[in-house]
Amino acid sequence: MLHMRIAKRQEPLGLGGSCLVLFLALALSLVLSGILLFLGGTPPLEGLATLFYGAFGSRWALEDSVLKAIPIFLCSLGVAVAFRLKIWNIGAEGQFALGSIGATWVALSFPDWPSFILLPAMIGMAMLAGGVWGLIPAILRQKLRTNEIIVTLMMNYIGILVLDYLVYGVWKDPSSYGFPMTPEFSDNAIVGKIGSSSINWGLLHCVVLGTFIWGFFKFTRLGFELKVSGDNVAAARYAGLPYDRLVILVMVISGALAGWAGFLEASATVNRLQPSIIVGYGYTAIVVAWLARLNPLNIGIASILLAGLRVGVENLQLELQVPAAFGGILEGLILLTVLAGGLFTHYKIERRRME
Amino acid sequence: MTFELLIPLLAAAVQSGTPILYATLGEIFTEKSGVLNLGVEGAMIVGALAGFLVSKFTGSPVLGLLAAGLAGSLATSIHGVVCLWFQGNQVVSGLALTILGAGLANYLGTPYVGLSAPGFSPLALPLLSEIPVLGQIFFNHDPLVYLSYCIPPVMWLFFAKTRFGLNLRAVGEHPAAATAAGINVVSYRWLGILGGGFFMGLGGAYLSLAYTHLWTTNLTGGRGWIAVALVIFAFWRPIRAVYGAYLFGGVMALQLRLQASGTQLPSSLLLMLPYILTVFVLVLSSWKKGSSEEPAALGVNIEPVD
Repeated sequence: MLHMRIAKRQEPLGLGGSCLVLFLALALSLVLSGILLFLGGTPPLEGLATLFYGAFGSRWALEDSVLKAIPIFLCSLGVAVAFRLKIWNIGAEGQFALGSIGATWVALSFPDWPSFILLPAMIGMAMLAGGVWGLIPAILRQKLRTNEIIVTLMMNYIGILVLDYLVYGVWKDPSSYGFPMTPEFSDNAIVGKIGSSSINWGLLHCVVLGTFIWGFFKFTRLGFELKVSGDNVAAARYAGLPYDRLVILVMVISGALAGWAGFLEASATVNRLQPSIIVGYGYTAIVVAWLARLNPLNIGIASILLAGLRVGVENLQLELQVPAAFGGILEGLILLTVLAGGLFTHYKIERRRME
Repeated sequence: MTFELLIPLLAAAVQSGTPILYATLGEIFTEKSGVLNLGVEGAMIVGALAGFLVSKFTGSPVLGLLAAGLAGSLATSIHGVVCLWFQGNQVVSGLALTILGAGLANYLGTPYVGLSAPGFSPLALPLLSEIPVLGQIFFNHDPLVYLSYCIPPVMWLFFAKTRFGLNLRAVGEHPAAATAAGINVVSYRWLGILGGGFFMGLGGAYLSLAYTHLWTTNLTGGRGWIAVALVIFAFWRPIRAVYGAYLFGGVMALQLRLQASGTQLPSSLLLMLPYILTVFVLVLSSWKKGSSEEPAALGVNIEPVD
């Protein structure tokens, strides 16, 4: 009789093997979502083809995927910085909301400032607001050992409701016919598009910030300390590293990056603040960060992939009337299969003959 | 506030607290075995849909309730496969289950949004409901509320007095020692995951079969996450979960009443109340961690051994 057994690998799985496992995990999640399409009455192959064509099949689709990848990338970069230190920041969604609020406040208060002052001020306020939203759970965690997973998650709900409160109330555009949205930003407060494409200059922000974070971990002393602290808290404390302060710093950076994403979404994508900018990028960012194993370059690739799936699901909804919630199924399945595939990094499954 | 207003509010607190109570008890059951399942929200909403559909198509809310529990277990079994078989990170797996569960329920439930199904109706208990004040608050509800009264003491007895319960706790406290004592650690963790998922499913069914009798998207509205927080507030004790759940039920009932009363307060600020309270309650419980019964091996996977 054949029997399975799990054994530890001598060496962790190499790059080729890891890619194979990742590929198989993604394939499995696609097969499972195909089955769900079938159960929902959609021909699975046609459905998946529509999904991919909608995501990457035309110039317009590709541009839309890149456009959606921008906020996902920045949120994910922030989440990954926190995960590095084994801080479970689930709060990118709320930090993103606060960032958009901070940027909007500056944009509405000083619409006549020239762009080269107004835009940096908006970014600064967005980072500050997002950073504070990350700081609160960090302080509670370090001072009182309050569980940061739940606090960051609750602050998502609270942050989104703060946004609702503002756009339904004090910030509502009197000429919006009752729609919950602020007036449109002045031209000076808008991040423009690159050439004739629909992609905005936020893409450049992503490249710069991604490189910065990558270099920070690779070349600076502080980045090195963070890496060490994440790998082994006890060793870091023993070596005299200021672990508590590092945690707080990391959560502020994490929140500030998500806040920056909120700034871009308000300024570049919708040119105002409205509740529809909250679409769950903060949660997708967690899927991306884990898929990318927290590496900035991989986060870039995974952001475009997951953003593409979102665009593809929109196409699926349009063409084949598949409910939008299908996107959640895809993201959940991808995260679960990739997570399960992680077993093969350190273990292998052997067959053992039993008598 | 006058007495006549307070009693219906407290009765409503019990009712709104009941789904949270089921979910909290489910998570306590799972965490006692050492498994952290953050997918409560996902298991609840899958249970809510399964309960709704089965009740709609069989006409029997009781069958719906059973289906909801089984669907909750089925949902959490995904967490079991990823964490127990594949050594996946428990935090991330639970989050993924939340995302997947919400996606599944909203996807499969789309054709039924706004439709109703036969559910449970209030049933005043004879004699008990005649007790002044208490009768009105506690014994004038639907049968699922009464069922929820029975579970905390039974769960307490299970943990404190039965061999299964003691073994389950041993697995959550010190898996290596439990293994040495001849306990099959993985089987007990499966018990924790599936049993907990059953209660989470019941909590979901309460929302679709008793609290309302209809299906809407995002029916759970963060209650699963509140339950995760309440486990900490309850110090992992089933009886203490009752206070926490009714506290939240009270805030939710109050918020609904204030909204209905046409107050000047914006609804977004009122809707924040339960989430702010969750943070507040967590901070309070981290202050007084002394009497907590948090399982020592919570969230730590068991290394496969040959």
